[in-house]
Amino acid sequence: MANGESIVGADAPAGGFVQLLTPDGERVDSVTTADGITYSVDFTDDEYRELYRDLVTVRRLDAEATALQRQGELGIWASLLGQEAAQVGSGRAMRPQDMAFPTYREHGVLYTRGIDPIMPFGLFRGVDQGGWDANEHRFNGYTIVIGSQTLHATGYAMGVTMDGKTGGPDGEAVIAYFGDGATSQGEVNEAFVWAGVFHAPMVFFCQNNQYAISEPLERQTRIPLYRRAAGYGFPGVRIDGNDVLASFAVTRAALDNARNGQGPTLIEAYTYRMGAHTSSDDPTRYRIASEVESWKAKDPISRLRAFLAKQQVADESFFDEVDETAKTLALSLRERVLEMPDPQPISMFDNVYPHGSPELDAQRAQFAEYHASFEGSDH
Amino acid sequence: MAETITIGKALNHGLRRSLEQNSKVVIMGEDVGKLGGVFRITDGLQKDFGDDRVIDTPLAEAGIVGTAVGLAIRGYRPVCEIQFDGFVFPAYNQIVAQVAKMFYRSNGKVRLPIVIRIPFGGGIGAVEHHSESPEAYFSHTPGLKVVTCSNPADAYSMIQQAINSDDPVVFFEPKRRYWEKGEVDLDADIAGAYPLHEARIAREGTDATLIAYGPMVRTALDAASAAAEDGRNLEVIDLRSLSPVDYDKIYSSVRRTGRAVVVHEAPGNIGLGAELAARITEHCFYSLEAPVLRVTGYDIPYPAARVEEEYLPDLDRVLDAVDRSFGW
Repeated sequence: MANGESIVGADAPAGGFVQLLTPDGERVDSVTTADGITYSVDFTDDEYRELYRDLVTVRRLDAEATALQRQGELGIWASLLGQEAAQVGSGRAMRPQDMAFPTYREHGVLYTRGIDPIMPFGLFRGVDQGGWDANEHRFNGYTIVIGSQTLHATGYAMGVTMDGKTGGPDGEAVIAYFGDGATSQGEVNEAFVWAGVFHAPMVFFCQNNQYAISEPLERQTRIPLYRRAAGYGFPGVRIDGNDVLASFAVTRAALDNARNGQGPTLIEAYTYRMGAHTSSDDPTRYRIASEVESWKAKDPISRLRAFLAKQQVADESFFDEVDETAKTLALSLRERVLEMPDPQPISMFDNVYPHGSPELDAQRAQFAEYHASFEGSDH
Repeated sequence: MAETITIGKALNHGLRRSLEQNSKVVIMGEDVGKLGGVFRITDGLQKDFGDDRVIDTPLAEAGIVGTAVGLAIRGYRPVCEIQFDGFVFPAYNQIVAQVAKMFYRSNGKVRLPIVIRIPFGGGIGAVEHHSESPEAYFSHTPGLKVVTCSNPADAYSMIQQAINSDDPVVFFEPKRRYWEKGEVDLDADIAGAYPLHEARIAREGTDATLIAYGPMVRTALDAASAAAEDGRNLEVIDLRSLSPVDYDKIYSSVRRTGRAVVVHEAPGNIGLGAELAARITEHCFYSLEAPVLRVTGYDIPYPAARVEEEYLPDLDRVLDAVDRSFGW
């Protein structure tokens, strides 16, 4: 795969990227990179429509979460606004047996795994720390320390190899998500080293959304991120991260390579964080409005909508129905978030150790006794 | 079959037995394969179990522990070797932020049965970073268990128990005692072994309680022998588990003797000795004849090798503390 220059879309950064759907909604049949790898997609009309539905749905759910945070119902929210195509395309590219290691922003990937979108809301509402089973959902816990999950993904992928689960179409593959800021972390670079050395069946999926909170890409790297892969001995390819078709095609190919025993790939999804880093951030302090405007013109959803309309794959009634269905889902999500009960304070002592702890049992009992001592008083 | 072997060899036997008994056990670390580790603790294991089970890793401690997390999620039981105490810090983030918290974060759904072996302590004439005692950092961290062995029999059973444990365990090995010998029953059923997180009375006594762990247990026992010549009968407790600490055993000893001296190599400031002193004071206040005293390393970075004997607690410093306790 391509470590060389990729194909140039009209709006591509220097060095180009793989783009199968232009911002104007023009379909590119296939793209062949400098290394001779050809990418394309072969979707039915239904599949195109479902991709559109995914994009609209994850954006609508995200908007609802942002609103919930503004209304004080979530402690914080990390919005995926602008990154829907990168997440939906790569998420849909996974096969059921594959395993994802997300950061804290991969709500779109989570949704494509068929997981109830409410799952991460406990974390953001502050009623738990995540609390789900990585193996049950084939989707690891949200990891907040930047980049740490890339090593977990690499170890997991080594285990896939040790279990003999690579080497054919039924093989398993692993995908690690991270951002442009994470590429500066030592642990991410260690993950690259390990994945290369152990030929781990995995994909490093970097959503380069141009900012690590306030710091622009130039503060993280002197070369395009996808080219880092060459130094670790595996292919790197850059895609138009706002193009759901390119995201799907390249991730699917890279995951299939991995499951077939051909080792890791780094994908740099060139995209833009349209919103704030999190609800606690104020991006007007570090970037100008015109930059945000220029990325609005590259919106991942409007280009697919334009394509579907032009191809007469979908009409206004379909778009309206998708909007309406997404809204219903979002409002239901809102209701369920509001109904999330606060945890019992005493439950904070649970699940520190798999088989409990007499020491913590004593602290728990003390805690209960202390609180019971206020019963009937004004406290 | 009881054999007289060193602590290092006992660990090697214990690791071998775990590899034999559970195909999910893998050993990973720097130089653990062909070389058998810089202390030869994994000697011969790669030859017998293959390089998928005994993995020579890239030279990156965060990578060792971070990939162990992924392997554990996958169902493996990784045993990581950190080559020296002072080299654990690149992995500190993974240990404290990930390994310790994953079970809690997942509401008890993701277990990480990882063992992190760390040769620790001084007394081997080494350069900087090769003689440290970082156990307090890990003992302070909820979600981790921390143990250390002081003799070959414990080394053999405790390493297997740590590997069998569903908790992440930081396993400190007293490196300067690696070559000390003792009798080990290699055929003993590990299910019947002394519990991993219980302290052990290493020497019974009546006049004062010495509390030590790892490399300092030998020092404390030597001090007790010397004190016996002066007519003082000291009890020595080998803590074995630093998190959790087996406080009941300590309290019952101190209530009998009325005096306690804690010994460790790590700096005293905010160390394990401070916690032990606080707890003993709280729980044995009316039994104490003197304050709990500590004999520890000084509050300095580990010094140059030519002066380390002056830094490390030794028999005389322990006896001096015992004298002070009796002089109170």
